[in-house]
Amino acid sequence: MEIAIVDYKGGNVQSVLFALERLGVQATLTADHEVLRRADKVLFPGEGEAASAMQELRAQGLHELLPTLTQPFLGICLGMQLLGRHTEEGGGTDMLGILPFDVVRFAAAGPEHKIPHMGWNNLQQLSSPLFEGLRAEDYVYFVHSYYAPVGNYTIAEAAYPAPFSAAVQHRNFYAVQFHTEKSGPVGTRILENFIRL
Amino acid sequence: MLTKRIIPCLDIKDGRTVKGVQFEGLRDAGDPVALAARYAREGADELVFLDITATNQKRATLVALVREVARELDIPFTVGGGIGAVADVEALLLNGADKVSINSAALARPELINELAARFGSQAIVVAADARYHAADGWQVYTRAGTHNTGRNAVDWCREAADRGAGEILLTSMSNDGTKDGFALDITGAVSRAVPIPVIASGGAGSKQDFTNVFQQARADAGLAASIFHFGEIGIRELKEHLRQDGIPVRL
Repeated sequence: MEIAIVDYKGGNVQSVLFALERLGVQATLTADHEVLRRADKVLFPGEGEAASAMQELRAQGLHELLPTLTQPFLGICLGMQLLGRHTEEGGGTDMLGILPFDVVRFAAAGPEHKIPHMGWNNLQQLSSPLFEGLRAEDYVYFVHSYYAPVGNYTIAEAAYPAPFSAAVQHRNFYAVQFHTEKSGPVGTRILENFIRL
Repeated sequence: MLTKRIIPCLDIKDGRTVKGVQFEGLRDAGDPVALAARYAREGADELVFLDITATNQKRATLVALVREVARELDIPFTVGGGIGAVADVEALLLNGADKVSINSAALARPELINELAARFGSQAIVVAADARYHAADGWQVYTRAGTHNTGRNAVDWCREAADRGAGEILLTSMSNDGTKDGFALDITGAVSRAVPIPVIASGGAGSKQDFTNVFQQARADAGLAASIFHFGEIGIRELKEHLRQDGIPVRL
């Protein structure tokens, strides 16, 4: 199986490579359109800030390529948010528009709700083969200050304090807000499920 | 619901764990990777590696260690200890560290926090503050492994660090560290109320109840400890079961 990880300088991909290695899966880090098109699965991790990520995607023509991919595709963290239409981050940035959500910032923090939303939170309303074998209320690791609201594309929710999209799906495009590669055995299972799709 | 985090801290020198770790069934207690994996299995939510190496091979050994830890570990980890150069932060993050904590370098040149946050994102930048209580001046921030009093008020400094883009504060009470009399609830609570970012409480943990207190009374987001975990005085699972009984959300 050929697994490609989209290389757009989108933060720490080493942890994703190691997580795949622990599953016995080799992956290629690439921005090559042909390699991405041919791959059996495409992973799209990301950390950091949306505007500079979009700038890099545009510079490499990936903003046009990625929406045309047809194989199972998994966005992770910022890689999920970038699939939306628009984000408030950095004064407002247009994104890939593969899914019909707009990313917004968590409301003003109080002592009980610090920003970023950082740590282990439980998943609710799971509805996807991505979560096969998980128990309701299993915990995964989040680090983010912006979120996608709940919509008909939502396949898992978490609450901070109001529900938001912990995972989304449209056609072959799956994406998770949390870090599968840092979420212990639960995250490993989700990655395994994705590889089996 | 977001859970409170339990974070064991491993002191590292020349790529090895120090501070006499005593663990049954652990063949090499000096091997940070084996110890980290054991903590992860027991339910640690995150780990912190504090590097106290003071040689010029420091960076190379630390990067190699980070890479090995990231290869094995499937929970997040932070690396700290004498880190200041942007190039060092980049090398640690690129090799698999989730966060880097900075301390003396940030106090020497606070703009470093802005630069690192802009470059790597706030989520990757932890500002560690070591504070000691003085009857006359209140809580003061120390640097250089606790040897130098900066004269800065701890709450003011943590607020500035958050304003400059830190993603998290690791607050260690030097007055409590090693006492096992409990966390410093007053300064932890004051910092937690003053900053909009998560606060990790450190220094003084001696019992399970100490963690309950720091979460309930000081509103810490995470509790960090070293020796009570290393010496097996408190198991991570039993600690979390205790916290759950006290009504504190934990990942079990």
